[in-house]
Amino acid sequence: MIKVQNVSKSFGNTDAVDNISFEVRAEENLILLGPSGCGKTTTLKMINSLIKPSAGTILINGKDVMQQPSAILRRSIGYVLQNNGLFPHYTVAQNIAIVPQLLRWEKKRIQKRVSELLEKLHLSAIYLHAYPHELSGGQQQRVGLARALAADPPVLLMDEPFGALDNVTRSKIHDEFKALDELKRKTIIMVTHDVQEAFELGHHICLMDKGVIVQDGVPSELLFRPASTFVKEFLKEQRLQLEFRSIQLADLWDWLPIGNNQSKINMLSADTDLWTSLERLTFNEIEIMYVVHHQKNEFKAVGFEQLMSAFYQYKKNMPHE
Amino acid sequence: MNEQQQTLLNFMWQQSDKLLVQTLQHIGLTFISLFAAVLVGLPLGILIARKKELSGAVLGVAGILQTIPSIALLGFMIPLLGIGAKPAIVALFLYALLPIIRNTYTGITSVDIAVKEAAVAMGMSKWQALFKVELPLAMSIILAGIRTATVINVGVATLASYIAAGGLGEFIFGGISLNNTNMILAGAIPAALLALLFDFLLSRVQKFTFKKVGTAMKMTPVVLLLLGALYFIPSAYGSRLTAGFTPEFMGRQDGNIGLQSKYGLNIHTVVISDAVMYKAAYENQLDIISGYSTDGRLKAYNLLVLQDDKGIFPPYYAAPIVSNKALKQFPQLEKTLNLLSNKINDSIMTDLNYRVDYLHQAPEQVAKDFLIAANLWKPKNNGNAGVVRIGSKIFGEQYILANIYSMLINGYTNYGVATKTGLGGTKICFDALVNDQIDLYPEYTGTGLLAILQAPQKSIDSLIGNKDITYHYVKKEFQRRYAIKWLEPIGFNNTYALMMRQKQAQNLRIKTISDLKHYLENN
Repeated sequence: MIKVQNVSKSFGNTDAVDNISFEVRAEENLILLGPSGCGKTTTLKMINSLIKPSAGTILINGKDVMQQPSAILRRSIGYVLQNNGLFPHYTVAQNIAIVPQLLRWEKKRIQKRVSELLEKLHLSAIYLHAYPHELSGGQQQRVGLARALAADPPVLLMDEPFGALDNVTRSKIHDEFKALDELKRKTIIMVTHDVQEAFELGHHICLMDKGVIVQDGVPSELLFRPASTFVKEFLKEQRLQLEFRSIQLADLWDWLPIGNNQSKINMLSADTDLWTSLERLTFNEIEIMYVVHHQKNEFKAVGFEQLMSAFYQYKKNMPHE
Repeated sequence: MNEQQQTLLNFMWQQSDKLLVQTLQHIGLTFISLFAAVLVGLPLGILIARKKELSGAVLGVAGILQTIPSIALLGFMIPLLGIGAKPAIVALFLYALLPIIRNTYTGITSVDIAVKEAAVAMGMSKWQALFKVELPLAMSIILAGIRTATVINVGVATLASYIAAGGLGEFIFGGISLNNTNMILAGAIPAALLALLFDFLLSRVQKFTFKKVGTAMKMTPVVLLLLGALYFIPSAYGSRLTAGFTPEFMGRQDGNIGLQSKYGLNIHTVVISDAVMYKAAYENQLDIISGYSTDGRLKAYNLLVLQDDKGIFPPYYAAPIVSNKALKQFPQLEKTLNLLSNKINDSIMTDLNYRVDYLHQAPEQVAKDFLIAANLWKPKNNGNAGVVRIGSKIFGEQYILANIYSMLINGYTNYGVATKTGLGGTKICFDALVNDQIDLYPEYTGTGLLAILQAPQKSIDSLIGNKDITYHYVKKEFQRRYAIKWLEPIGFNNTYALMMRQKQAQNLRIKTISDLKHYLENN
């Protein structure tokens, strides 16, 4: 869907982005992850021509973005900014309607679309005619997302979309984000420096440093097969949590004790991740949980200790590291 | 003038026609220039907000324009644009530019970068981003700039009367010259009220919520144009010849008032500063001017003095006037000042003035040359027995006289001298003397009689025409009322006079003021 080929960007003598290539398939979430100044935002902005590459090509659906009029191109790409960038002199409704208006949609169609989005993003209709400064940070960010989605563009670019939110609001919006049907049909490139966010929302992560892509892969690849010490270091602090999140009970299946409880109480599916399972144990203050593997039609009975020992067994048997 | 003490309201009521015209002119001048400044300043501000490398140069030039003193700027305009509304509007326009350009620039550059980026990223074109996002968000800062410019313009527009563009300055500067406080206030109060009013109205516009920004943007040019058009209402009349009179002349019995009452002269008149009047006459922009008979530019510009055949201009013999206090403090002062008694006649004075006004020689040099030629020159004593403070009004002749007196005191006494030259007009000079800010300045008998004493019409009629009687009358009255002494006259008579270009006067066969009146009536 989106192909970035040998793209470089230099500002004066410094290379912000140095000969990077990656590809995003349709309906995939790609995360550009990295410390500040690594070139991830520059990369994102080159995709909708906010920044012109010094070299290389960027193709969306096989069409070179540089060959299209920038304004027209951008109307077909949703864009969410860190500080939402809502127009302070427009109401919520007007803000959401910006791109449809630029595309000269009919008034009725715009209205319908605006109220539809408001509902999907759990914003009350009383905010339609409110101004952005009257909303909370979380609400503003939702309006920002609604604005990006308004004309139903196939591609969505998000620049640290949840960076300005507090932790509680952020995890709430993360959940909504994952649940939103409309987003599942989008090809999304998101920039973040937040490792957890990247692992939670990304199908696929490009970890960048000093203008180059250090590693490009699915979350567990970065975790268990880091391409360099930089990758290891970058993930170090949240490593345990990340590992717990990226390992599913199915991965540990062989090391878990067999159980045969047929009742539906405390039953988990094998595609649940380890983190959620542990959460479930501690949260509900139970000793033993039952897990069902639908494909294999097998049952296991696990407690905290069984899960942990299975995890260590799994790690020991990892091919690398 | 009326000898009774008039109240301000009386004066304004009597002069309500003029006041209305001046106010309309004032508003007109302010807003025509403001409109032009918005038309130019707004796009320039937008341009430099886009191309920041130009901002230094543009803001620098506009800033320099702003620092040029208003009078000087008006002066620069005259050779380029002549006199009247055009140069005044251009000068006001230049003053209004800086706040408008600067605030447009600041307004646009201070729009949140995220918002600007969002506008572009949503797929707005440059112009869409400008009109839908940048300008509306910058509007309140831009309006603040327009507001500043308006208040500046209302103030500076008072100076437009120096170059015959009208406005409330006519009353203000007329009043200063004529020692008429009511007249000053009749101009100054409306001007201040206009400034306050427009400031208030614009502050309301500024507070409009975002929803109304669009309306405000569309209304502004219309309102500016309408207000600007006010300027043209009063000037919808005219005659074949145009007269340019100083604000002082306009209000004097021995000036325009006498011309109207005694001669019945009715001519299209503009008010103008004497600094530019002669040149304007020379350049055919004015036909008749109110000059001084010893002015050097008379000679330089080939102007003809029209005979005052009905005798409305009293003699204007110049003499130093000194406070009694100073005469007591400096015993040698009177004798020293009287050294100049009867030493300068009309033609000598005209020549000295010519050297200063037209040849642009320094008044000090001209004064020294004269004293040497008259065998009065003595080198400086560097005395330290107190300092004599000499004042002068703001034209060449007074500068020369002040310098002559200064050199005489330095040479013949052991007093020091401080000069305070260029005091704006009769009122300022005289008030300075009365309030012990200066010790002496050169004054003219006619001015003393009419502008300062404001003698009753009866005494004026009986005095006018005889220089000695006039001199003795003002000497007696000044001593009685103000404890100020008129020393002996210097010799020349710098009277008011109407003048025309020689050539035009010949063509039209005009020699006297009565001829002028006949010509105006028959053409």
